[in-house]
Amino acid sequence: MSSTADSTTVRPPLISGNQTFSTITQRISEIVEIEVQKTPKAWFIAFGISSSLAGGMGLMIAYLLWEGTGIWGLNQPAGWGWAIVNFVFWVGIGHAGTLISAILFLFRQKWRTSINRFAEAMTIFAVICAGMFPGIHVGRAWVAYWMFPLPNQMDIWPNFRSPLLWDVFAVSTYFTVSCLFWYVGLIPDLATLRDRAKSGIRKVLLGIAALGWRGSNRQWSNYEKAYLILAGLATPLVLSVHTVVSFDFAVGIVPGWHTTIFPPYFVAGAIFSGFAMVMTLAVIARWIYKLEDFITMRHLENMNKIMLLTGMLVGYAYACEFFISWYGGNPYEQSIFINRATGPYAWAYWTMVSCNVLSPQIFWFKKCRTSIPVMFVVSILINIGMWFERFVITVTSLSQDYLPSSWGYYIPTVYDVGIFIGSFGLFLTLFLLFLRFLPMIAIAEVKGVIPEADPHHYDH
Amino acid sequence: MAQIFPKYVNAIPFVLAFGFIGTGVFAFGVVWYFGSPKYTDVGYRPKQPVPFSHRLHAGELGMDCRYCHASIEVSQEANIPPTQTCMGCHSMVLTDSEKLQLVRDSAKSDEPIEWVRIHKLPQYSYFDHSVHLRAGVGCYSCHGKVTEMDVVEQKQPLSMGWCLDCHRQPENHLRDLASVTVTDMTWTPPDNQAEIAKRLISEKRLNPPEDCSACHQ
Repeated sequence: MSSTADSTTVRPPLISGNQTFSTITQRISEIVEIEVQKTPKAWFIAFGISSSLAGGMGLMIAYLLWEGTGIWGLNQPAGWGWAIVNFVFWVGIGHAGTLISAILFLFRQKWRTSINRFAEAMTIFAVICAGMFPGIHVGRAWVAYWMFPLPNQMDIWPNFRSPLLWDVFAVSTYFTVSCLFWYVGLIPDLATLRDRAKSGIRKVLLGIAALGWRGSNRQWSNYEKAYLILAGLATPLVLSVHTVVSFDFAVGIVPGWHTTIFPPYFVAGAIFSGFAMVMTLAVIARWIYKLEDFITMRHLENMNKIMLLTGMLVGYAYACEFFISWYGGNPYEQSIFINRATGPYAWAYWTMVSCNVLSPQIFWFKKCRTSIPVMFVVSILINIGMWFERFVITVTSLSQDYLPSSWGYYIPTVYDVGIFIGSFGLFLTLFLLFLRFLPMIAIAEVKGVIPEADPHHYDH
Repeated sequence: MAQIFPKYVNAIPFVLAFGFIGTGVFAFGVVWYFGSPKYTDVGYRPKQPVPFSHRLHAGELGMDCRYCHASIEVSQEANIPPTQTCMGCHSMVLTDSEKLQLVRDSAKSDEPIEWVRIHKLPQYSYFDHSVHLRAGVGCYSCHGKVTEMDVVEQKQPLSMGWCLDCHRQPENHLRDLASVTVTDMTWTPPDNQAEIAKRLISEKRLNPPEDCSACHQ
């Protein structure tokens, strides 16, 4: 039976290829256990490129710290540029991982098991990339600790009424909980790898990482509880983190920012972009590591459905902004939205609309929804569109606010572009290391959704 | 399957947990104490090119601070006197002293002596010396009892928190300049200091700023 069949009586299998407990362990573990020489060539090429990009970014950041933010395209009035755009972009990407691992877990969506591990990894790496930008965007990274309420000799204290401080808490909480959640989920799989390890040093390192996991009933029972609690903790974060990020804008009085729709709009956009990124990575990893039996068409199709939904939510938000700016009768709001669609940044606005609203509509058709090339291209388009969404929000509003005499146009420099591309390098470097050294699919969880795990199969 | 780890390893997580907390507290304490300007800056007492003694001049001889540091009440900057000021007396007193050779050379050649600055503020902080004196803050409040120092040293941390402490609660440092000079090193707050300070604050309309732009303009 096809894994994407829409039957209401019989559940199609989540894992195909007649997998058993031992083949699952074998297929997933062997990816990280092969010798260095047998690592796929594609991995080395990808790692070479992405780590060079990350290194290039390191040099550019060094120059940034030396010279100051003048090397960016920031100007008066656009004092927030690509650094903030990239920050929001990367934080948003992370949200799909948390949604898959926490919310879908609480809703007992078993199809999440094949993709949750690397979606969570993606979350962590995306938040690392995101966290870098607020640190460097002020140009004085050595005082980045001022962002935290630490008692100090200067008697300075962050402003608790500022959403920028809430943001520090939101993102650092998010990072902590994501790491914990990811690690707790990894423990049984690390123990599996430990038990399969041949060399002594590998045994010891994996043994330390597995924290003494033996797979006893009692350990499983504690594990399940811990996992459930962490899922419960992570669930509100899916909604709260990007809500707080949206407050960075919405609490300001700049036209185009000061709207109450921002929190839900940002959360929908975050999940939208995150799923697009999971899709991009899943399609590539599935192809390189031949994991078609684990990440089946059903998983991909489900993700495409979520993208279709969240894409339309985002489209609704775009439309709603226009409606409210007209209905609200505020001439500044009206002018900024007319400017977005027809002004100097119209090219960015329409790129955003076509990528985010139009391109996912193709997923109404099952044929497109289940076509790898189509979903790959659309997922990339969505990534582009969601980056432009943040660009449109940040830059258009700042460039043309209340005072026409100080309107300006933001032109990025080579350092804006380079650091952004470099952040992709960092992200992919971390992701490739993850693919190479940790099980990218949750072995223990996948075993739980194959028929053998339930001897009284469908016989309730 | 053989055990990878011996049994005593079971204790390691606890040791690590407590060790982590202990190390954290210790590191925090070290930075807190040794990183503070109270530790790094207070007591800074560099060797000056000429062994000028404030204890002798301002203390025993009783010269007023303003005899040499003449601009402190009128200028943003507290001046270091030119060596010609020294020569006002030393052209007659101790004219042969070896210790004063540099002073005589400097006065003759018009090349100033390079004194080592003790009280340093960062470039990004704006500080007006005269404003503080006119408000009635005495020399002693920031510089300590200079009249007892052979070699001048820094007595206060000059950190931002220290500045703010006084800006928030200036009462104990305000003198009534009608009855005491700003340079008087023996002044201590009288019993009715609270009253006096209250009167001074309302009379002079003192309002020490606490906003960023007051000092970081």
